[in-house]
Amino acid sequence: MTDIQERGYSQSDVLVSTDWVAQHLDDPSVRIVESNEDPLLYPSGHIPGAVEVDWTRDLNDPIRRDYLDRDGFQKLMRDKGIGQDTTVVFYGDKNNWWATYAFWIFQLFGHSRAKVMDGGRLKWEQEGRDMTDAVPTYGPTGYQAPERDDGVIRAYRDRVMKHVDSGGPLVDVRSPGEYSGELLHMPDYPNEGALRGGHIPGAANIPWGRAINPDDGTFKTADELRQIYEGEAGLSNGDDVIAYCRIGERSSHTWFVLTYLLGYDNVRNYDGSWTEWGNLVGAPIER
Amino acid sequence: MGAEMTQASTDANGSGGNGSSTAVPEKLTDLVELLGLMPDRSDRIQMLIDIARRFQDVPPEVARRPFSEDHLVPGCESEAYLWAVRQPDDTLKLHFAVENPQGISAKAMAVILDETLSGQPLEQVARVPQDVVYDVFGRELSMGKSMGLMGMVAMVVTTAKKALAASAGL
Repeated sequence: MTDIQERGYSQSDVLVSTDWVAQHLDDPSVRIVESNEDPLLYPSGHIPGAVEVDWTRDLNDPIRRDYLDRDGFQKLMRDKGIGQDTTVVFYGDKNNWWATYAFWIFQLFGHSRAKVMDGGRLKWEQEGRDMTDAVPTYGPTGYQAPERDDGVIRAYRDRVMKHVDSGGPLVDVRSPGEYSGELLHMPDYPNEGALRGGHIPGAANIPWGRAINPDDGTFKTADELRQIYEGEAGLSNGDDVIAYCRIGERSSHTWFVLTYLLGYDNVRNYDGSWTEWGNLVGAPIER
Repeated sequence: MGAEMTQASTDANGSGGNGSSTAVPEKLTDLVELLGLMPDRSDRIQMLIDIARRFQDVPPEVARRPFSEDHLVPGCESEAYLWAVRQPDDTLKLHFAVENPQGISAKAMAVILDETLSGQPLEQVARVPQDVVYDVFGRELSMGKSMGLMGMVAMVVTTAKKALAASAGL
């Protein structure tokens, strides 16, 4: 039993350890994918053999505010040397914040052979493991992607509005300052990209990073996570939960925790998040 | 992109002249122009990585851990801290700490701010626009990352404004 398997997660095999990754660096059935917020990190050094999936260039539509479509995802997978049967292992900076964002988008296209390296880039670096700035190239694959399915794990604003009306549980994973609206009022500093501050009525505030052990970036145990999300936020397994943040990246981390580590079946990420809600005419806001 | 930044700063000043005493410091515009000449994104990124590698932590004679929250840059998730030490010639010497070991962009920004704004006239430092961040890093920044980096610029500018006000006895 590994440490991960002892933590009581609903789907412990969605996480792999740094040891596991080190043992699979040359495994052709595994593709390691680094996804970061900081665009300088991957080029400065990464896990040998890892490819980069950049959230702006690779995962977003270049014109509309939306994610890439079927053709775009298919091209991405082919270019990164990922086949239908390839196990993709995500890792990245910010305690896997952007890694889980990429993971979530991959699930919109049903690539279920996906895992996250527990501890992310931080733990790999702390352990003094090999890094390289050599960018690998892999031969193109014949990946056939399905149409993107936004119906199961993604929430649009109309669904969120109905969810609010029906008193459904929401988790706002932003910082307390963003949740309260305080950050919009700090003079001389950039705003949050929204005209109004506050949060969606009824949302509990559980900052995404609370799911992480800050010393090494690993996920907390299932019991610890239940204490946070159920004991404090009042969620329970079986709830229809919507998570949101500013643009849907941090909340994809919480979506991952609730779905895979605690086994919730109905969790959606509202990627419009506060940059949509806080600019939406007539949308109800609490402070 | 460098031209855009210079135009914005001169428009704000109303002078329209690059040689004005209140233009943005020349070292900064020179760096922005150099980055703008990079033939592709990977060259720009490599240059920024090289810049980040020159980062030096705030010296102990200026500040020691644990740092005062008064020096924490608001909105920067890499936990950047700023100190500005007044020099005999009435300019500022900037020092930074970046507590996130993966905060490589914050380190690059800190080096750029120090190397281009330390020792420059306060009037010019106070005119540096926050969106110089996009001139340096390009537009492909997350909102959080751009906010944090712009927060570093904003804190330097605010500090320069306060120093100017102090000099004027305000």
